[in-house]
Order: sequence, then C-alpha cells, then structure tokens
Amino acid sequence: MSTTEKNIVLHVDDVHKTFGGLHALADIDLQIEEGKTHAIIGPNGAGKSTLLNVVVGRLSPTRGAVVFNGEVLTGKAPHQINQLGIARVFQTPEIFPDLSVLQNVMAPAFAKRDGSFKLNFLSSLERQTDIRDEAEHILHDVGLYERRNTHAGALSRGDKRRMELAMCLIQHPRLLLLDEPTAGMSRHDTNTTIALLQKIKERGMTKIIIEHDMHVVFSLADRISVLAGGRIIAEGEPEEVRSNPKVQEAYLGGAHL
Amino acid sequence: MLGLSRKDTGFLIAVICLTLATPIFLQPFPETSSLAQFNAGYPDLMQRFAIYGIFVMGFNILFGLTGYLSFGHAAFLGVGSYSVVWMYKLLDYNVLPGLVLAVIMSGIFALFIGFVSLRRSGIYFSILTLAFAQMSYNLAYSVFTPLTNGETGLQVYLNDPQVLMSEGAPTSPHLFGLVMNESAKVAVGDWIFTFNVGYYFTAIIAILVFYLSLRIFRSPFGMILRAIKTNRNRLNYAGINTKPYMLTAFVISGMYAGLAGGLLAAMDPLTGAQRMQWTASGEVVLMAILGGAGTMMGPILGAGFIKYFENIFSKINESVLHQWFGWMPDGVQDFVIGVVSPFVGEGWHLTLGLLFMVVVIFLPGGIVQGALLVVGMFRRRNGHDGPKKQESASSAAQPAE
Ligand SMILES: Nc1ncnc2c1ncn2[C@@H]1O[C@H](COP(=O)(O)OP(=O)(O)OP(=O)(O)O)[C@@H](O)[C@H]1O
Ligand SMILES: [Mg+2]
Repeated sequence: MSTTEKNIVLHVDDVHKTFGGLHALADIDLQIEEGKTHAIIGPNGAGKSTLLNVVVGRLSPTRGAVVFNGEVLTGKAPHQINQLGIARVFQTPEIFPDLSVLQNVMAPAFAKRDGSFKLNFLSSLERQTDIRDEAEHILHDVGLYERRNTHAGALSRGDKRRMELAMCLIQHPRLLLLDEPTAGMSRHDTNTTIALLQKIKERGMTKIIIEHDMHVVFSLADRISVLAGGRIIAEGEPEEVRSNPKVQEAYLGGAHL
Repeated sequence: MLGLSRKDTGFLIAVICLTLATPIFLQPFPETSSLAQFNAGYPDLMQRFAIYGIFVMGFNILFGLTGYLSFGHAAFLGVGSYSVVWMYKLLDYNVLPGLVLAVIMSGIFALFIGFVSLRRSGIYFSILTLAFAQMSYNLAYSVFTPLTNGETGLQVYLNDPQVLMSEGAPTSPHLFGLVMNESAKVAVGDWIFTFNVGYYFTAIIAILVFYLSLRIFRSPFGMILRAIKTNRNRLNYAGINTKPYMLTAFVISGMYAGLAGGLLAAMDPLTGAQRMQWTASGEVVLMAILGGAGTMMGPILGAGFIKYFENIFSKINESVLHQWFGWMPDGVQDFVIGVVSPFVGEGWHLTLGLLFMVVVIFLPGGIVQGALLVVGMFRRRNGHDGPKKQESASSAAQPAE
C-alpha cells in the first residue's frame, strides 16, 4: 500500500513544546492512520502525556501544529476539539466524583447529542431515556453496570479508569486517546480492557494508546512510536520496533522487549 | 406530574402544604402563654421567610450546584427593590409591573456582572462579585442619586406622576386591588392566626420558583452544573463549553435575587442603598451554608432559621433577661446576665457567628446533614441495625440529591 492511499486522520506537524528551559517535545512528526491503533511508548518523562495535551488543547505547542481531518486544532478550545471527534482517557482518572457512575457517563453524551451548550434547564434528566439506555449499555461493556448508581468518587482507581473509558466511548469519537488505560488494574481487568479495546478496533475507531505494559501494547498496536527525551527515536510495525537496538538501548537499558 | 418524578411531586406537594399552612403552625403557643413571644406567625416575619427563601434558592442554584461563591448577590436584591419602587412612582401601587421590571433589570445586571466575574474562578470570582456589589452600593449612594434618592432612600412622593393612579385606588402596594398589608385574623380559643394577603402573595411566588428550582436541579443542565463543581476541566474535554452554562446559572440566580428584592419593596414601598451592602450578600451565604448548600430544602431552612432567630434574639434586651433570671440570687443574676447579654439584642450577630463556626466545623452539610444524622441515630436506636448497612449503601447510590 502506498502512502497516498492511506487515510491519515491526525497529522502532528513539527511540534515543539518547551517548559522554561526543558524541551518536553522536539521535532515531533506523527501520522495516525484511520482505523489503526497507534501506540506511543517511552520511559517516564519522555513527553508522551505532553503530546496528548497538545492534541486535546490543554497545552498549546511552542511551535508546529496539529491537524485533524483537515482542521487545524492548534488554538482551538478543548470543547471544540472534542466536538470534532477526539476523546481522551487521562493518565490520572479525570471524573466527576460527586455524580453517580451513570451520570458521569451521561454527561459526555449530552455534549455529543446537543453540542457544546444547550439551554435545557426545564427538561428532565430522568426522561433522557435514549442517553440513559446508551450509557447503561456501555457501562455493561466495561463491566460497571452493577455499580451504575454508586458515587463515582467511591470507585477504585482501576474502576474509575474503566468508567472514564465509558465516558469516551459513549461519544463514539473518531479518535480515542488513551493515556495508560490499564494502569492500576488487576491482570484480569487488564485483559478485559484489552478485549474491549480490540472489539472497538473492529468497529474502526482510531486510537492512540500510551502504555508501559508491553503485553497491552503488543496485543493492540498496529504501529508503535518510541519517544525518549521529547523526541521520536523510532517508529514502525511492532516487530520492527521490538528488534530495534536503539529502542532497547533507550527504553529498557538494553533489555529485550 | 408537572414534569417531575413521583417522589419529587410528593416533595413539592409537601412544600406547598407547609407553605400555605405556615400562618398556623408558626403560631404554636396561645396568646396568653408566656411563650407567645416565640411565635413567628405574624405577617412581617412570614413575608421575610418567603422572600429570603426565594433569595437563597436562587443563590443555591449558583453556589450549591456549581460551587461558585458569589459575594455580591445583594446588588441584585437592591436592583429589584429600586425597580419596584420606581414603578410605584411612575405608574401606580400595583406590584406586578414592578416585579416584572425587577426580574428583567436584575437579569441584565447579572448578565453584565457575571460575564466579567466569571472570567475568573475560586476566590478571584468571589472578590470580583464583591467588588461589583460594593460599587453598586456606592453608586447608589452617590452618582445615581437621581435614580436612587441617595441616603434618604427611594420612596413614593405625592408629586410623583403615578400615571395609572385612579380615584379611590389603594395607596399602598396591591395586586389589582388586593392590598398587601391587609390581614384576616382568626381566633381559635386562645390562639390568634393572621392570614395576610402579602404573605400569601409572596408564598405563592415562592412555591412557583421552588418548582422552577426543582426542575432545574433535576435537569441535564443541573447535572452539568454539578459536574462543573467537581471537575470543570473534564467537562471541557468532554465537549461541553462550561462558560455559557456558568453564565446562565449566574443570571438565573441573579433574577431570583431581583425578584426577592422586588418583593421586599412590594411588602414595604421604600428602599435604600443599604440593601445592596456586603453584609446583605454575606447573609445569603450564611443561609445557604447553615442550611446545607446544594440541597433543595437546606438553604430555605437556613433562611428561615436565621430570620427567625434574628427576630427572637433582637427582641431580648436587659429587662427581658432580668425577667428570665429574676429567680436567681442577685450576684449570680448579674453575672449570668453579664455573660448572656452580649449575645442577644444588638449582639445577635455574635451568636450567629459562633453558630456558623460550629456548623462549618462539625456539620459542613448544614442543618440538612444534622437532620439526617438525627434520623439515622433514631433508626439505629430502634434496632434497624441490619438493614441500616444496606441503606447506607443505597443512600450512597443517590449522589447529591
Ligand atoms: N505543565 C508542565 N509544566 C512544566 N513541566 C511539565 C509540564 N508537563 C510536563 N512537564 C515536564 O515535561 C516532561 C514530560 O512529561 P510527560 O508528562 O509528558 O511525560 P510522560 O512521558 O507522560 O511520562 P510518564 O510515563 O511518567 O507519564 C517531564 O519532565 C515533565 O516534568
Ligand atoms: Mg504520562
């Protein structure tokens, strides 16, 4: 397949990000192909989360731009970027602890259905049966249906993460960003999550996944970029990357992946 | 019914019944008893319950749901009052045009103040609202004297236009001839109940806005405001533009305050700049927190509580204390009175301050949390230990009522 035939959803174009004197990201060029799962791996502090922050509009790049489906994201507000079809699971779970699990999942669904603002203070939350049904369905998928009425704040770290995944999935995003989606989960929950993510992949959702757990990475990734010290030091198919000596050097100090 | 769940419909009906029966159950002691001074069933006080109830309900939509603490809501109260008195001066004593204007004007004010203040959050937001309210207060005293009559306060004069005024029309606030300060007194045995037009007028409005609040609390909009309270950023990444949600909440709560201010002037046809002072803004904060911010009933109970005890405590002076403690030996009596007197009468605010500290430290959920604790203790004492555990699990399943 030649490059012209590929449908690139996300272009990261020569992105730099500095914090004071620290080059958190330098010369980042990245192309994410539609329907593929692109893993980003690298040691702690490599700049992986920073890259996602630039994509979702939490940080603006010092230089360069991010283009999604022909739209320049740089300079857009986070809610606008989400409305274009990008959802994210954060490294430390970002949830609404005072709401129930079900409400946590319903909130993003309103954004999807009604846009970024709707003056709906007279409609009844109870009667939003379409959104409720869908939220319950997705909670089923992530295995939290039984806990739908608990306070989200009372969930374990792993469960919060699964709930946050549900919060993203209910939006049927075109691009899903996952920052260590299985951290803090038991082996069993990790495997369930992998299975779930594989199922989503069959539906054609594009994903960027950051992960330290190589089992997860090699189960899911179509392509891997290795980030170290703010630069992409290698990129390719999982097998190429696994056997790349530069990667082994930088990432695991010479150990075999 | 009415777009509410069955539980909420029951809740609403209970609130309606209680509100309408207020003149009866706030009059528990017969006139002849020495406890009659603790009765609260007289028009002036009941009107204040309803009016401050409206004020705090609006405040609760902003503070209770979103957690944004406005320290300037008295500005809207003042705007509402001035609007109503102006309508008396220009048209006649019918309260309706003034109340409509009060809601519109306070809405416009809130739109402007909210737009600017909401550029910041947390303490900076609070300070901005405080600054705006104090500015309004000072402007009402100085620059805007032609509109506000400055220090004297705004009232109706004989030479005011009152273009709609006809021969024989009431010369005090009324609703199409129903005069606000008229009452019917009913004596039942030693009890005297006062049914006042003004109270029922404010009470019916209070019920309507309570219903509106209930709808807002149970709407997707209300849920999003709650989500803003704990994680505003997350909502942005979920595609929701939180700014217009915040501004809408601010404007709605400003309009509630304007309505309350308008009703104050509907009960008593004059107003002054002091209604906009920061102490008035602070009072509504106390009401909300004391009662339990974020719950439907808490802030209203807080308002009733503060207004009631303000009334009782202010009436207690040295001579009342001498009466109470007359049975003590002289030396002890003087000592006890010396200790108690700074906390009553003019010193009521000292008591309120202490009470507030106790509540914030020991009952951060306010009166509502206290009531739930008592109910829980009562249940446990009655040997409901087993089901109790399940219950706490299921009550956790109903987050943030
Ligand atoms: N907002 C910020 N201000 C200053 N420095 C930051 C900021 N965000 C990240 N950094 C720094 O940028 C570097 C990259 O951080 P980043 O969080 O992107 O790493 P990471 O690859 O996600 O690491 P980990 O695997 O630990 O999550 C780190 O040195 C971090 O301290
Ligand atoms: Mg990270």
